[in-house]
This record gives sequence, C-alpha cells and structure tokens, in this order.
Amino acid sequence: MTADHPRPPPRRRLFALGRNELKGLFWQVLVVGIAVAVIAFLWSNTVTNLSARRITTGFAFLGREAGMPIADSLLAYNPGDTYFWAFVVGVANTLRVAVIGIVLATILGTLIGISRLSTNWLLSRLAAVYVETLRDIPLLLQLLFWYVLMQALPAARAAWRPIEGVFLSNRGLILPAIPFGPSQLAVLGTAVLGCAVFYLIRRWLIAQQMRDGKPRPAWPFALGLIVVVPAAVSLVLGVSWTIEWPQLRGFNFVGGLTLAPEYFALLIALVTYTSAFIAEIVRSGIQSVPRGQWDAANALGLRRSFMLRQIILPQALRVIVPPMTSQYLNLTKNSSLAVAIGYQDVVSIANTTLNQTGQAIEAIALIMAVFLTISLSISFFMNWYNARIALVER
Amino acid sequence: MSAITDIPDAPRAARRPQTGNPVLRWLRKNLFSSIPNGILTVVLLALLAKGIFSFLQWGVANAVWLTPTNDSSACRAVRGVGACWAIVPEKYRFILFGTYPFDEQWRPALSVALFIALYYLSTRRALWRRELAYLWIGALALISVLMWGGVFGLSFVSQDRWGGLPVTLILATFGLAFGFPLGILVALGRRSKLPAIRSLSVLYVELIRGVPLVSLLFMASVMFPLFMPAGFNIDKLLRAQIAIILFAGAYLAEVIRGGLQAVPRGQYEAADALGLSYWRKHRLIILPQAIRHVIPPLVNTFIAFFKDTSLVLIIGIFDLLTTAKTAIIDPAWQQFSVEVYIFVAAIYFVFCFAMSRYSRSLEAPTTPK
Repeated sequence: MTADHPRPPPRRRLFALGRNELKGLFWQVLVVGIAVAVIAFLWSNTVTNLSARRITTGFAFLGREAGMPIADSLLAYNPGDTYFWAFVVGVANTLRVAVIGIVLATILGTLIGISRLSTNWLLSRLAAVYVETLRDIPLLLQLLFWYVLMQALPAARAAWRPIEGVFLSNRGLILPAIPFGPSQLAVLGTAVLGCAVFYLIRRWLIAQQMRDGKPRPAWPFALGLIVVVPAAVSLVLGVSWTIEWPQLRGFNFVGGLTLAPEYFALLIALVTYTSAFIAEIVRSGIQSVPRGQWDAANALGLRRSFMLRQIILPQALRVIVPPMTSQYLNLTKNSSLAVAIGYQDVVSIANTTLNQTGQAIEAIALIMAVFLTISLSISFFMNWYNARIALVER
Repeated sequence: MSAITDIPDAPRAARRPQTGNPVLRWLRKNLFSSIPNGILTVVLLALLAKGIFSFLQWGVANAVWLTPTNDSSACRAVRGVGACWAIVPEKYRFILFGTYPFDEQWRPALSVALFIALYYLSTRRALWRRELAYLWIGALALISVLMWGGVFGLSFVSQDRWGGLPVTLILATFGLAFGFPLGILVALGRRSKLPAIRSLSVLYVELIRGVPLVSLLFMASVMFPLFMPAGFNIDKLLRAQIAIILFAGAYLAEVIRGGLQAVPRGQYEAADALGLSYWRKHRLIILPQAIRHVIPPLVNTFIAFFKDTSLVLIIGIFDLLTTAKTAIIDPAWQQFSVEVYIFVAAIYFVFCFAMSRYSRSLEAPTTPK
C-alpha cells in the first residue's frame, strides 16, 4: 500500500457537481418544469372557463340547501338539509356497503377457497367454476344483472318467504330486526368492552403459560366478560330484546329491517365478485404452506383444529394478508358503481351535486378526498395487522 | 367443510389394495372417501341436478328462439317460465355495433376480426420480435381507416356513431398500447435516484390508484372541458380513452416496478460496467428481463382492465355493455333484459377466459431449453 505517501486531498469546490449530477439535475428540472407548465396551463384555462361561466370556486356551496332526495340512507336526511350533510350521508352509505361487503366477501371467499382444495372432487370443481365465471365477467354487468333480477321479483303482496319472517320482493329484502336504542347500545358496548378486556387477559394467561408451561383455561373469562356481564347489565337496565317481525300492511311492509333493492343488489354483486378473488388468495395461501408442516403437525399427533389454528393458518396468513388488502381496497372503490343503479353512495351524491351546482372541481376533490382517506385507513390497518403476523426471524 | 387435499393420506392409500373397477375406484377416492364426504357429494349432486334442471327448463325447453321481426308476443307469452332468446337475433346487430350505419357494419365486424387476430398473434412467443410492433401499428392504422372511412371510397362515419364491441376493444387496446409505455416510464421514475422525478411518479400512481375509475371518468367527461382553452373541445370517446390510459398507466407501473425489483443487482452493475447509458441499459438489459418476470400478473391486469372498460357506461359512451342496456329500452322487449345480459356476459367471458387460460399456460413451469 502507499500508506507512506498519502495523496493530497482533492480540492473542494463549493459547487462540485460531477457530470452525472449535472445530468440528473437537468432531467429533474426538465420534468418538473413540464409538469408545472402543464398544471399552470390547465389551471389558467380552468380559471378563465369558470369565470366565463360565473361559477365561484370554493366550498361555500356546501352550506347551501341540497334539495336532492336520498331514498335510502343510514343517517336521517331530508332534502332541506345542506350539501355538506348530503355528502356525509353519502359517505355513510358508501361505508355501509363497503364494511358489510368486506366482512361477507371474506367469509364467502374463505369458504370457497377452502372448497377448492377439498378432497371432494365435485365440491372443488363447483368452487372452481364459481371462481372462473365470476372473475371473467365485468362487475358492472353483474351488478345490472342482479338489479334486473331484483326488479323482476314479485310485488310486496306476493313476496317470497324463504324463511318465516323474511320477505323477498321488489321492495327489497325485509328481515326481522331488534329495534336499537341507547339502552341496547349500552349492553352492546359492555360486550365490546368485555371482548377487549378478555383479549388482554388472554394475552396475560398465555404469557403465564409460556413461563411455567401450565395451561390455563381462558373460557371462564370469556363467558364472564362477554356473556354474563352484558346479560347482567341488560337485566339491571331492563332492556327489551323483542324481535320486531315485519308485517304486510297494504302495499308495503311495516317494521323489521329493509334492505332496499339497490343496496341489496349492490351488496350481492360486490360480495360475490370479490369473493371469487378472495377464494383464489386463500387457496394459494394455504397451498403455500409447505407439506412438511402438515406432516410435522400430524407426526406430533396434534388435533386437527389445533393444527389448522396454530400451525397452518399463521403461515398461510402471511401470504394471504397483503393481496387481501388490495381486494378490500378494490371492493371499496368498486362500491362507486352504485351510481349505475341509483344507490346513493358518495360518488352518486357528488355527481348530483355537480350537476346541480356546477362545482365540478370541488365535487371531484371531495370524492377523491373521501376515497383516499378510506384507502389509507384500510392500508394502515392491514399493514399493522400484517406486521403483527409477520414472521419474526430470530 | 370437508378435508383439505394437502393432508397427507399417502400411507393409508398405499395400504389399500388397488384392485377393482377403475371408475369405482375413482368415485370412491374422489367423491365417497368418507361418510361426511359421501353425504356432501349426494347433497351437492341433488342441488346441482335441481339447478341444471330448472335452468334447462327455463333456457331450453320453454324458451323462444325466434320470433317474427319486432314481434315479442311469443316471448311475452312464456314470460317467467321460459327464456326469450329471440331477443338476441332481433337485437344483435345493435348490441354488437351500436348505431353504426347498418349497411356499413361489415367494417366494424372486420375491425373486430383484426383485433382478435392481433391478440392471437401477440400470444405466440415465437413472434415476440420487433416486427410485431410494426404489425400492431399497421393493423391499428387499418382499423382506424375501416372505422372512420372517408378514404378509398369508404363513407365517413363519425365516432359518435360507433358502438358496441369495437368500442370496447378500441378502449381496451389503445388504453393498453399507450398505458404500457406510460407505465414503464412511471415505473422507472419511481425507482429513479432523482428525488423530484421519484416523488412525481409516486404522487401520480398513488393518486390514480387511490380513487375509483368512475371518478376519473367523471373527471374526463365533466372537468376536461374546463381544463381546455375556450372553444377547444375534444370528442367524448377520446376523453374517456385518455382517462383509461392514465388509469392503466398507474396500475401497469406498479406491476412493472415489481418486475424491475426482481432483476438481480448484478445485471445493473454489469450494464454499467459495459458503459451503457441509462436508456440503453434499460432498453437492452433490464426491461426485457423485468417484463418477462411479470408477464402473468400483466395478463391479469389486462383482464381486469378489459372488464373495467365497461365502466364507460356511466358517462354514456356506447361500449358493448351500454348498447346492451340501450337495446332493452325498447318497450316491446323491456322485460327480457336477463337474456341480453347473459348474451353480453358470454362475450366478455370468452375474451377474459381466453386471457386467463393464456396467463395460466405462461405460469406453468416451462421446460428448460
């Protein structure tokens, strides 16, 4: 080595940029310049066009009276309310279909994914046909198809009654329901709180078992916290849990829970379509668990349910969760197809607002804000869950 | 739920004597391996038989296949008990080609045939050469001539009279043809070392992927005129096409980025050592490998995207689904929309199923050369 004769340090200049750095800087300036120029061009056109059409920009219109009817909404609404409230109602409608859709699609998709791996040839073939058919037909077409079927159902007087108390007619699906008030909510809240406390206790019990190896049963805590305590609260408060059965009065139903045909069609379409994709994810997740894991679990003589829960599922979930996140996001975004059949989700309400007020930029910005928020929340939750179940390398 | 195949039962199967009728053996192994499985098979068979029987009764036995032109009385007579397939021969010209002049409909038909031939040729691995790109350019030019006309003695047909299957294929094909290079550029941008370019690419991809296509299409149909200088306006179909290209670009960029990540570092370093420039390095060394890695997910994106072109229904562009929906507005045929939807679903299915089969054949392990 030439340690004895160290080279003199290179002279430092203030703007010492090599050829590559200069090139990089040039490209960045060029691309950003083009982007800024395009946006400035579009912006100036928009400002000119808006002033020519006498549309004032800004969100002041949100405080004005909406005057649009919303047929089916989760939150109380009447046409005299403001545009802002109409938007909130739309967001609630979107969430109503997205959340329930995600839960049902996950259950159905998992069942079908497992069916595809069944040793029963008939069952696995039927599941494969289900997946192939639903995946290869556009969702919008399926949605229109379900909606047409809904409309072709008999009128309320001749409604189908698949089970006692459940009516299926062109008014939608009518189910028996328990009327919910604050006291019922209090009992339900106690049960949810019980679940949270039980989760903590269970973690503590498992930590104890890890220390001394003695198994401690968790079910008495579950029974107490999730069943006994809420039941006691219910008794003390004297909450009534009578089921309200729907009755046919004249041309419509009274009582019970009504799922409007638009909502029901949208829910069926989203759930069946997404479940086909989820089924494939679940199948490949289970197949990704190496055969040796099954063999080893069998060799240990583990019970089947224990083996699935403790050996197979944790490994399969690592493969399943990331693509599942994007399916959940797809379902949420696809719920915007509601506009095609007249279910008033946030996109549909924004579209009506846009037609009534001409506030195109604001309406579209609101849609984007809502969906970006929902997408980011789902991503955050799923990333958290994914990190929790990820393989901990030692 | 029945058992899962992966549970090894090989030792037991080996002990069982392999004698008897092979059909019976197959039945025993695959349908009646245990009592619960046997019960499941019987229940499924019963349900399946019932479903197939009632479908055949509705779709074949009681169905009306042909009626005199514009007379739906025979169909209305069987309404509820039989299908009215007669609506398909009655309306298929409108469903497939929309309001394109009736006597000229051989032109869109020929365009569809050209598209299908083009797709078929593109799936042949042996033809993945530069000439294929020229073929594409030539065929797309020929399709434009056929659809628009105005030259070679063909009468001019404005694009607001186009409709049906050709519009669906045009939206999908041009969306991919332009979205793919855009996707490559954005994927490279997202992996670039230059912070400004990287953040612009991330912003573009995340914004587009974060919102539903419906809102992009609304934007194209409502906001585009606002963005343009006064008096300048472009056709509705082209605006939707631009929205679809931007949408496809973002999704394809993410797939291609996955491929770029799969190319080993050594390949980059070797290309640098050869003194190749950034573009030559990517064009000659990196991209061919990266894209080869992600062909199956690319085909899946193409399928998703082909189905998504049907969303233009919401902004009133006459693609295949919109013409189908319009065909059943006719009061005489209004009640037979289910049949029309099944017909159109079959068309979509054929395209998507062919693509998904193709994708699966690519995924299957290829024999080493």
